[in-house]
Amino acid sequence: MIDIRIPIGLLFSILGALLLCYGVVTMNTQSLYQKSLGIDVNLWAGAWMLLFGLAMLALSQKANSQK
Amino acid sequence: MSDGFQLAWIDYAMMLVYFTFVIGIGWALRRQMSDATAFLEAGRSMPAWVAGIAFISTSLGALEVMGMIGCGAKYGMLTFHFYWIGAIPAMLFLGVFMMPFYYGSKARSVPEYLKLRFDEKTRALNAVLFSVMTILVSGISMYAIAILTEQLLGWNFYVSLFASAAIVLIYTYLGGLSSAIHNEVLQFFIVIAGLLPLVFLSLHDVGGWAGMKERLGPVVSSLPEHFAADTWLTTWRHTGRAAQNPMGIEWYGIVLGLGFVLSFGYWCTDFLVIQRALAARSALAARNTPLIAAIPKMLVPLLIIPGVISVWLMHTPAEHFSILDRGVTNYDLTIIMLMRRYLPPGVLGLGLTALLASFMSGMAGNISAFNTVWTYDLYQAYLRPPSSDAKLDQTHYLRVARLATVFGVLASICTAGVAAEFRNITDFMQTIFSMVNAPLFAVIFLGMFWRRTTGHGAFAGLVSGLTTAVLHHGLTEPAGSVTMFKGGWLHVVHTYPVELSQNFWCAIFSCSTSAAVAIAVSLLTRQRKPNEELVGLVYSLTPRTAATNAQWYERPAVLALLVAVMGTVLSLAFW
Repeated sequence: MIDIRIPIGLLFSILGALLLCYGVVTMNTQSLYQKSLGIDVNLWAGAWMLLFGLAMLALSQKANSQK
Repeated sequence: MSDGFQLAWIDYAMMLVYFTFVIGIGWALRRQMSDATAFLEAGRSMPAWVAGIAFISTSLGALEVMGMIGCGAKYGMLTFHFYWIGAIPAMLFLGVFMMPFYYGSKARSVPEYLKLRFDEKTRALNAVLFSVMTILVSGISMYAIAILTEQLLGWNFYVSLFASAAIVLIYTYLGGLSSAIHNEVLQFFIVIAGLLPLVFLSLHDVGGWAGMKERLGPVVSSLPEHFAADTWLTTWRHTGRAAQNPMGIEWYGIVLGLGFVLSFGYWCTDFLVIQRALAARSALAARNTPLIAAIPKMLVPLLIIPGVISVWLMHTPAEHFSILDRGVTNYDLTIIMLMRRYLPPGVLGLGLTALLASFMSGMAGNISAFNTVWTYDLYQAYLRPPSSDAKLDQTHYLRVARLATVFGVLASICTAGVAAEFRNITDFMQTIFSMVNAPLFAVIFLGMFWRRTTGHGAFAGLVSGLTTAVLHHGLTEPAGSVTMFKGGWLHVVHTYPVELSQNFWCAIFSCSTSAAVAIAVSLLTRQRKPNEELVGLVYSLTPRTAATNAQWYERPAVLALLVAVMGTVLSLAFW
């Protein structure tokens, strides 16, 4: 058995961080975000995914420390 | 059509990271696969929430994701019926009433339950049908994803076919059901994360919820069918007459066909989903699996909203949005066209990862259900029965199960190749699959709740139900049908407005015939099984066990009530 929260947490943290960084770097590249109606959607999606990933990791930490 | 989809390095990076994790999970679990029980049943060790998410993830395959967004464009919010009336009541029924018998009987598969409850021939028939259908469906979903990547990304059809099949094969071969289930949980979250940006951007584009109503109204009421302006944004309001809604069916057809026969046939008897609940670590966790699954299932319709909005996009020339494929409307393209329209590099990679993830969870689900039925219900039952050496048997069956996994993937690839030759076969196979499930539900339901149901009765019920479904398909066709795959190959006695209503009524007829024949034959034949053999398999002969020491939130009755209330509130809100 593996605690699936750990891979989920790690995957979302990595993908989230990747998107977040990409969003920060391309923040001023207006042409890139024409499709998404001028919204830097990578920044937002990345931030939420990173948050979700860290929350999953925290949950599994908490469950393990209780055992 | 391959223009306009330029992938950036970031998009490839997203997919690569995802693949690494998927294979990594299989790799991490490989050492625990010491015997067939661990490989095929995941050692019955899953927590309820893991089994629950896997339970809905298997039915969130690529065909379903592409299909549900397409249905959003085609039927509007009437598509929600597939998730609410078409899933929730059946999932509640499974968790509250049926699961104790599936799990408690110690059957390792649905065919095996049929053997314990009825007889060998009923099991054999179901096992063979199920194995064949599972492989066909998995191959067809593989074909769908390969054709999509070819058309839109310009990837070679066979290269993407082999690459995606290879990844699924690696992780199911290494870690068996356990790996499939863990990955399904991961894939579920990825599918949600990948589709959410589309929901937000499309809603933002039309000016939010109020803007959506404002823009869709005129478009919908100007369609040639004279629908009411709010047809695409309501679920039950326009189901009084079939002509009032794009599904072409009345409310009682929806309730009976989708809400009762098709959904109970799928959620309560399809081994693909039941297998997830059987992998749960206790009888209580198994009962809670479909109940917990029902909560996210109810919220999946939110992901359909971009599809609903696309009816406005495609009927507004200034938006330049088209889902035409060589001049023919192809609703399966809706999701990819939406991605192309709204997603910049970065989230585009995430969206494509979500599609690949949905494809993999659907396919791995089929493969892991196939190898179990093959190993236990065909190979072990008829080709090589267990010997006196239990330990040796376990390693032998593990090897067989692994070979079955490889065979399943290869056979799926062949099916995908066949599907590429005959494009119309895809919908046809889906239709056949529901033909197999509807009679099966009638038989299992009778078996669980009516002690008198006999093996001959069950077998006759299955055969007659299947025959009815085939005849119905041969005698009716949907309006405007041009191929015999859609029906009417015998003689057309009735024409349905759309395929969907043809499917619904087909399921209703085959399920009722199957039930009637099973009852009649059961009354005419003798029950060979003594009561003692039916304990744990039949409702009236099984002592009730109350979940006394469980927390309140772990009790099936409490969870079921919560889900029922939530479902009712949602249905009323979107009436």
